[in-house]
Amino acid sequence: MRSDVTQYEMVAPKSLDEVLANLSSEPGKWTLFAGGTDLMVLMESGKLAPKNFLSLWGVKELKGISYTDDSMTFGALTTYGELQRHSKVREYFPMLIQAAKETGGLAIQNRGTLGGNIANASPAADSPPGLLVYDAELELTSVDGSRWVPYDGFHTGYKQMKLGEAELITKIRVPRPDPKGVHYFKKVGTRRAQAISKIVLAGFGLMNEGAVKTVRIAVGSVAAITLRCHKTEAFLTGKSLNDSVIAEASEIFGGEITPIDDVRSTGRYRRQVGKNLLKDFLESL
Amino acid sequence: MANAAIGRSVPRKEGRSKVTGEIQYIDDLSFPEAIYGTVIRSPVARGKILGVHFEGDFPWDEFIKVTAEDIPGENRQALILNDQPCLAVDRINHREEPVLLIAHPNKHLLIEARKHVRIEVEEETPIYTIEDSDAKKEVIWGEDNILKKYRVEKGNVDDVWASAHKVIEGEYRTGAQEQLYIEPQGMVAKASPEDGVTVWGSLQCPYYIQGSLEVLFGIPADQCRVVYAATGGGFGGKEEYPTVIAGHTALLAWKSGKTVKMIYDRAEDMAVTTKRHPSLTRHKTAIDKDGKLLAMDVEFLLDGGAYATLTSVVLSRGTIHAVGPYLCPNVRVNARALATNLPPHGAFRGFGAPQSCFAIERHMNKVARAAGLTPEEFRNRNFLNKGQRTATGQLIEENVDMQGLLTTALEKSDYHAKKARFAKENVGQRIKKGIGFATFFHGAGFTGSGEKHLASTLGMEADRNGRIRVLAASTEIGQGANTVFSQVAADTLKISYDAIDIEKPDTEKVPNSGPTVASRTSMIVGNLVAVAAKQLLAKLREAQLLGDEYTPDQFNSACDQYIEKHGELKVISEYSQPPGINWDEENYQGDAYGTYAWAAYVAEVEVDTLTYVTEVKDFVAVQEIGKVLHPIMAAGQIEGGVAQGVGFAVYEKVVWRDGVMINNQMTNYIMPTASDVPEIRVFFEEEPYAYGAAGAKGIGELPLDGSAPAVINAVEDAMKIDIDFIPMLPEDLFELIESAANNGQGEE
Repeated sequence: MRSDVTQYEMVAPKSLDEVLANLSSEPGKWTLFAGGTDLMVLMESGKLAPKNFLSLWGVKELKGISYTDDSMTFGALTTYGELQRHSKVREYFPMLIQAAKETGGLAIQNRGTLGGNIANASPAADSPPGLLVYDAELELTSVDGSRWVPYDGFHTGYKQMKLGEAELITKIRVPRPDPKGVHYFKKVGTRRAQAISKIVLAGFGLMNEGAVKTVRIAVGSVAAITLRCHKTEAFLTGKSLNDSVIAEASEIFGGEITPIDDVRSTGRYRRQVGKNLLKDFLESL
Repeated sequence: MANAAIGRSVPRKEGRSKVTGEIQYIDDLSFPEAIYGTVIRSPVARGKILGVHFEGDFPWDEFIKVTAEDIPGENRQALILNDQPCLAVDRINHREEPVLLIAHPNKHLLIEARKHVRIEVEEETPIYTIEDSDAKKEVIWGEDNILKKYRVEKGNVDDVWASAHKVIEGEYRTGAQEQLYIEPQGMVAKASPEDGVTVWGSLQCPYYIQGSLEVLFGIPADQCRVVYAATGGGFGGKEEYPTVIAGHTALLAWKSGKTVKMIYDRAEDMAVTTKRHPSLTRHKTAIDKDGKLLAMDVEFLLDGGAYATLTSVVLSRGTIHAVGPYLCPNVRVNARALATNLPPHGAFRGFGAPQSCFAIERHMNKVARAAGLTPEEFRNRNFLNKGQRTATGQLIEENVDMQGLLTTALEKSDYHAKKARFAKENVGQRIKKGIGFATFFHGAGFTGSGEKHLASTLGMEADRNGRIRVLAASTEIGQGANTVFSQVAADTLKISYDAIDIEKPDTEKVPNSGPTVASRTSMIVGNLVAVAAKQLLAKLREAQLLGDEYTPDQFNSACDQYIEKHGELKVISEYSQPPGINWDEENYQGDAYGTYAWAAYVAEVEVDTLTYVTEVKDFVAVQEIGKVLHPIMAAGQIEGGVAQGVGFAVYEKVVWRDGVMINNQMTNYIMPTASDVPEIRVFFEEEPYAYGAAGAKGIGELPLDGSAPAVINAVEDAMKIDIDFIPMLPEDLFELIESAANNGQGEE
């Protein structure tokens, strides 16, 4: 451990009100600590500056999965393990299940949370592509109350998001997708388990009379944020899929992503594999 | 007598204490009074040190500081050459080179403080590649950057080229590889001019460390005590590097008068300790019209990093294994190890052979194709057999049957049927399947006269209850040394396995049975156990206390009576070289190894053409290893080695930037997990070796040699594409396919 744990302050409120009160009385002072699966890695390697943490782990209001006929709502502290064990999630949101299964290992899946995955804002995160494609909404809460915002557009730049200093993500809501739709999720990691993605692509598509009725595509690890590919979607909507349409979509998609070389992979590889995955998804419709 | 222990999977001697967590690794040992030490390292790869500045708001006067001036003896790491200082004085030759040492009772203050020691340097141009070093772009070591060179000559290759049916050339590369033992390195030291130096640590070779402490402190060996702590894996990574940490820790202890503890964290361990030498091998091979080898000309180059360390020995093993288990009348191997400004590379399981084996086994496939033969048929026509001579002229006198091993491996893996099926079914498929193999050998024990020079000794002592204690410097590093020694002792003495204890390696208590390296511990040191046991029996018989036949009770009583009369029952066995081993170090000719293990490995892969990811789906490992002493541990050695070989081939890449590894975390240095490694099916053949323990040959390193080329040969089969380097990551395969598509090669 390259960090000195005595240099970090952690407060563990028991209720949401207490969390919100802390955030509101000293805005900017607190860093939220959910499962801590990313923060602990940074702490171990000495890359986490001493901070004041608010542990959310004991806050019951942030837990639980509920559903209606139209949508499913996840408490921000829903872990990858809980997602996988929930039969309705398995039935309606297979991409979230697949992302959860491929995140870290079992220990990480028991600690890592959906809310934490969003707020940590890594462009390589596993669950955001699925959430984007499922048109998720986020409930953001402060002492002044709650508001719902679309997840698409929430991230504005690398580790930047539309979240006030006194706010936290309390819930994630996803509408139930059309049962006739095709769900496509592919994470290309550095290995089968305990891997961070080199590229991750999620797609949802629905055909109607040979033409694309609905298509939503999101991709991770190819830009500063997990990217919803609106231009590619707009181009594809209403089209019949054939080789030349797919090739053109691939070009548009190539223009939307901005992959780079880093310690895990190369920009060239990410670009090509992104195109391959897009093609694979479209051919599955 | 008791049930024979050899050949049975008896419980590991230290198994229970490892499973329960009772065993103590170096960081578990309690030294309540210890202060913590750390190393301040060079921020650049090459340059002159202009000054050291202690900055920031720290109580610097509370810190113990050690520079080269504080070294009581010679400022060097005593190994083979004297080129590596313990602490850099005015020159820096690689990133992370130790410059000074600091210690403080508060570990966290120490970790924070070390970020605020600034080493002022005048940077010079570094070199990082074999080619740049070979071309002397900068001369950074000696007169020509050559750390060591060898030349092996058999016949005359130059007479062959003109008349040969075909001449095939190839160039092959392998990358650095991190050992990634589960326990990072660490040491604890006490030292003073009055009491000498004692170090406890995670290590493979206690007497290597003792030898270096003698030089560093200028004190006699008996004042340098090295004590083994339970060691969580080594793979060669704890062969020479613990010497560095022991020296540093002991210097801080010497200066402070306090016990000093220095434990590397994973990031430091990965960035600064030795790795497998990167290599570049150039092959030029002539064949006749029947596909028989006529001449093999090999240039084998290693990147040694900034200092010589053990590089010469690694180069030696790679050189001797460079033409594989094949018969060729004309051979030339020119081998050079070159200096670069990377941290020194060092010992890693296989020790040069995995590098040259990758090259030869890829090249043999290429030559087979040129000959118009299958890889199997080509090899069958060229395997080395009993009665023939290796590249160094060694006459093979053991019963070797490479063709038989290969046939078995191909049958077990259903190679022919699969190869045919994949060729048909791959067409138009997203997933391409492939199957490939490698055939290889590995010389066990030290090279040439190495074992003779080591002159290892081992002790055995009985107590009055007939319990036996084995005294050896060989360390248990997870490979099962304690268990094997106990099996051999028990069976030779015809007593129970449970009646054997292994003394903890401690230079004050055990004789020097040599380093725990080179697949020598079971074979050579195990045989010293057998010899010692026979000496012990002879003593009892000379004293007329034991007959030819006896029960364990009679043995116990004989020990009791002997000790009653003589005070102790203790013997020391010494290595004696088997007859007929002759080695000419000068010309690299003769009997390179006492014996070889022989093997044929088959790998099956799937390559996903969407993602360019290669996964190994099946693996068959067939080998002849003399005698299987412990079936579970022997299979475990092979499985672990194959997993490391799979990593070497398609996962593990050291990413260098400005002379330092930047993916020095387990999250981004990608070692395969259990999910990435297939079931490894292990099959043994036995041809007992007369001079190995109970007939055993060395097997520890063998599986590293052939795994990677088997995997890449399978990828070649799947993709119909030449791959001449490892690690071969998905990004690399993508680029290869792209360039093949541009050149009209390959299937798609």
